[in-house]
Amino acid sequence: MNNTYAVRKFKPRKLVLLLGLLLTALTFSTLGAGAAQADEINTDQYDYVIAGNVQFDGEPIEDVLISVEGSGYEAEVVTDADGKWRIGVPEKEAYTVTLDEDTLPKGVVVAKGGSTIDAEFGLTKVKSVNFFLGEGERTTVSFFDQFVNRFVNGLNFGLLLALAAIGMSLIFGTTGLSNFAHAEMITFGALATLTLSVTMGVPIWLAILVAIALSGALGWGLDAAIWKPLRKKGVGLIPLMIVSIGLSLALRYTFQLFYGGGTSQLPGSGMADMKFGPISLSWLDIGSMAISIVVLLAVSYFLLRTRIGKATRAVSDNPSLASASGIDVDGVIRIVWIVGGSLAGLSGVLWAYFRPGVSWDMGFQILLLVFAATTLGGLGTAFGALVGSIIVGLFVELSTLWLPSDLKYVGALVVLILVLLLRPQGILGRKERIG
Amino acid sequence: MSNNTVPTAKPVKTVDMHIGEAVPGCKKKDPILVVDGVSRTFGGLKAVDVEHLEIPRGAITALIGPNGAGKTTLFNLLTGFDKPDTGSWTFEGTPIGGVPAFKVARMGQVRTFQLTKALGLLTVMDNMLLGAKAQIGENLFRAILPFMWRKQEADNKVKALDLLAKFKLDAKKDDYAASLSGGQRKLLEMARALMSDPTLVMLDEPMAGVNPALTQSLLDHILGLKAEGMSVLFVEHDMHMVRHIADWVIVMAEGKVVAEGDPHEVMRNQAVIDAYLGQHHDEDLGEDPDAEKEHVGAIKELLDDEL
Amino acid sequence: MIDWGAIFSNAAVELISPTTAAYALAALGLAIHFGYTGLLNFGQAGFMAIGAYGYAISTLSFGFPVWASVLVGIGASVIFALILGIPTLRLRADYLAIVTIAAAEIVRLLFTTNTFEPLTGSANGLSGYKGGFAALNPIPPGTYGFGPFEYNAYDWWLRIVAWSVVVLACLFTWQIMRSPWGRVIKGIREDEDAVRALGKNVYFYKMQSLILGGVFGTIAGMIFVLPRAVVPSNYQTSLTFFVYAILLLGGAATILGPVIGSMVFWVLLSFFSGFIARAVEAGWLPFMSSIQAGQLRFILVGVAIMLIVIYRPQGIFGNKKELAFVK
Ligand SMILES: Nc1ncnc2c1ncn2[C@@H]1O[C@H](COP(=O)(O)OP(=O)(O)OP(=O)(O)O)[C@@H](O)[C@H]1O
Ligand SMILES: [Mg+2]
Repeated sequence: MNNTYAVRKFKPRKLVLLLGLLLTALTFSTLGAGAAQADEINTDQYDYVIAGNVQFDGEPIEDVLISVEGSGYEAEVVTDADGKWRIGVPEKEAYTVTLDEDTLPKGVVVAKGGSTIDAEFGLTKVKSVNFFLGEGERTTVSFFDQFVNRFVNGLNFGLLLALAAIGMSLIFGTTGLSNFAHAEMITFGALATLTLSVTMGVPIWLAILVAIALSGALGWGLDAAIWKPLRKKGVGLIPLMIVSIGLSLALRYTFQLFYGGGTSQLPGSGMADMKFGPISLSWLDIGSMAISIVVLLAVSYFLLRTRIGKATRAVSDNPSLASASGIDVDGVIRIVWIVGGSLAGLSGVLWAYFRPGVSWDMGFQILLLVFAATTLGGLGTAFGALVGSIIVGLFVELSTLWLPSDLKYVGALVVLILVLLLRPQGILGRKERIG
Repeated sequence: MSNNTVPTAKPVKTVDMHIGEAVPGCKKKDPILVVDGVSRTFGGLKAVDVEHLEIPRGAITALIGPNGAGKTTLFNLLTGFDKPDTGSWTFEGTPIGGVPAFKVARMGQVRTFQLTKALGLLTVMDNMLLGAKAQIGENLFRAILPFMWRKQEADNKVKALDLLAKFKLDAKKDDYAASLSGGQRKLLEMARALMSDPTLVMLDEPMAGVNPALTQSLLDHILGLKAEGMSVLFVEHDMHMVRHIADWVIVMAEGKVVAEGDPHEVMRNQAVIDAYLGQHHDEDLGEDPDAEKEHVGAIKELLDDEL
Repeated sequence: MIDWGAIFSNAAVELISPTTAAYALAALGLAIHFGYTGLLNFGQAGFMAIGAYGYAISTLSFGFPVWASVLVGIGASVIFALILGIPTLRLRADYLAIVTIAAAEIVRLLFTTNTFEPLTGSANGLSGYKGGFAALNPIPPGTYGFGPFEYNAYDWWLRIVAWSVVVLACLFTWQIMRSPWGRVIKGIREDEDAVRALGKNVYFYKMQSLILGGVFGTIAGMIFVLPRAVVPSNYQTSLTFFVYAILLLGGAATILGPVIGSMVFWVLLSFFSGFIARAVEAGWLPFMSSIQAGQLRFILVGVAIMLIVIYRPQGIFGNKKELAFVK
């Protein structure tokens, strides 16, 4: 039955768009435009018609975009010179009719009843729907304000990604492992916080601290139980990566086994936004960014100034040389796993507030973005990961200005591919030697 | 190329290949490879900076120089495995700067690697067959039609067996290359390169890790290549070998060509002695006694030549 | 108590199910990529999605005949492989992994988004495209078979076509892998610089391999949706991981490995979930709900991937001798 349903909804223009996207994987500016054909659509195809007349002060308004949606059907039309429009619909069902206010002339708005009307057929096959227009200015958020808002959001997102990405990058740098199970380390932090605070009633700040410690312990445990023995066994990097995929799968569904498939909220989640000029932020967002920045500074200090940090970078640079010069490589790797685990755990908590919500696969949802960030910066360079994360975070958020929000990750992933095309070694990475 | 015709004691040297003084970058009468202004930097380090260099045809040329002189990097650049910052070069008169590595190899300029690249999970025979040129069956569509390539494959096998016999690897032809010893892999890599009937063979440290008994036969093989009309450019640290088989020696240090000439002359060149020792004169030589010993050893080898 | 007969026959059915065939074919494609060429393609789910949607959209929106729909799917997957390969095949292996996984996600998101709802059916997916394929069925209507393998004409037709494709693909792969082409491909897996130094256009060969394995994945995607509907959430990254599990189980650089791997995988999985589900029903596992029983199998797959890679990296069919040299 779905067969006929899809045939009647065929719109060539969208197909071209879809193919275009697949072909180039680049186009993301043209999508918002939408497809408006004529003043009548599908009226000869279907028996039922929703129709209307857009007028203001007795004057018809042309080129106003009207869309109808319902029962899995969707169609759009623009008004003709008489302000008239007609949309054929397949069934005698309830539909919602929307007038796109952006297409009204300046100074005209939908006065009452809103720009969306629910339409239900009566006895006839034609249902007329009219909007009440009035004089007025729409309170739209200017593009600039939206941009600034998204920018700040993107920064926040990028910073929390960076926490996870730096850990992943350190692990990659010191052990060569592309750790897919990093996703589950992120989820673990959030789940642990959830259990501690909601189930056990521990104050949230303490719950977070304990969860971070537990995440560090998880990192340590994974290294001790799995990665170190495999390193000793001399398992190659690609098999190691595949092991991490298996581990990721097993852990993820173990989480689901215990926590179920739903989403729960951490205490304080969904706090109200405050206005700072064009920017609306909650205390949570501000706190999240502050924590990220402080932690990232601490990690930088650790890497640049402390003995262990320097040893870590030495091991990333050249493990055999580092070990020859007396650095305890295994010890460094253990610390990297603990640090990486804790950072991932913290990132998970912040991600839970950002989304908002805690769920069994929340880490996996951003795993690719974390990978993208690490790769963008240059695999194995911690500061590259930071830069990469910010870029990915900004990109994901800013792309919603042009892209439908269910495509917002697409932009970031496309950028990843483009960067690799232009600068294969990543933004801060180095080339490898041959021969 | 045969290990029985060339008496190992005193190989016939090609002489009188250059025009004018034997200075760095001097012109050759019949160059096969001409390099101009090639440079490559890694970060701040100028790994290769060659103003002008000509490699003579039909001769064995040795490229020597201390560790890190840029020999391998130069090889990588000339064979298209790396891109220079500047420079151009021609092979048999054709400019091949920017030409991808596989095309360079197809033109007849093949190389081996300092770190051997035997294809471990392919048999020795498959390694060899891979070296053959213009194979019909390497096209995906013809690959499904065995009758199109079977004949050529059989011919290549004969040729491969012949080469393997020369390199004393024929008994191993069905073993995985991974099971070969380090020295045998070097031999295999060289034999594999010869499957394509190259005109210029570039060998990066072919003797490193090969035991002395094999070394001798390897040297004979290299001499054999020349006898067959190929040109050879090889990197080597062992000065005895260089002296023994090279017709011409090019010395690199810190990316530059610092000396060129007949193997016997060049060793007495002050620039060469500086290259091996002098580069550290102004630095803290004492800090790395091993390196110093090594350099002194190299110099000794260079000098105790005239016996 | 527990109906062992049902558990066993449900498991046995998986042996020749079209789903098993689809996974076998997708895994064979991955064997070409990963096992023979050494390409880390983590976007096989994307290729499968392109096959499924390419076929369904061509049929539903354009009314194409079966052969044309198949060609559209294959064409789209060739283009997809080119898009993936051109930027990444020159790069290190792990970059390809990340780019392919990202590209497969892009594809899935594009098929899921509401923006293209008229074509893709967004999150609800598509169905009703099977008419053309069913019309080609030469088997007269009726029910055939024995024991658990009793199907109607359509189901037999589907199974016959699916497994014929798998057999053809195996023969094809077997032939090319023992040709000089296959030798170059395997050489690239071992060390692409060495192969390049021998005058082979490595980039071009990798591209051919990517396309070929991708097309196998695409056809697998078409087979996969013939017994069910096209649903975008089927094409998540975990699908690729499942196919990897099958490949590793059977042996990465083998022809029969993916096929046997797929059979073993699905029979065991069905047996296991059947057993757990009934054990839960029978009250043997009081601490578990039947939903949890369903999740257990993913855990099992994950653990199985880890164990195989660690303890039997050559898979069931891999050459034991090779293992001695695997780094
Ligand atoms: N990919 C690279 N990245 C950074 N530095 C490099 C790279 N390749 C080479 N170098 C540097 O360039 C210099 C020249 O290296 P190269 O390998 O060419 O020396 P070489 O003359 O072959 O030495 P050896 O005799 O030890 O083989 C060295 O200092 C080396 O560290
Ligand atoms: Mg070298």
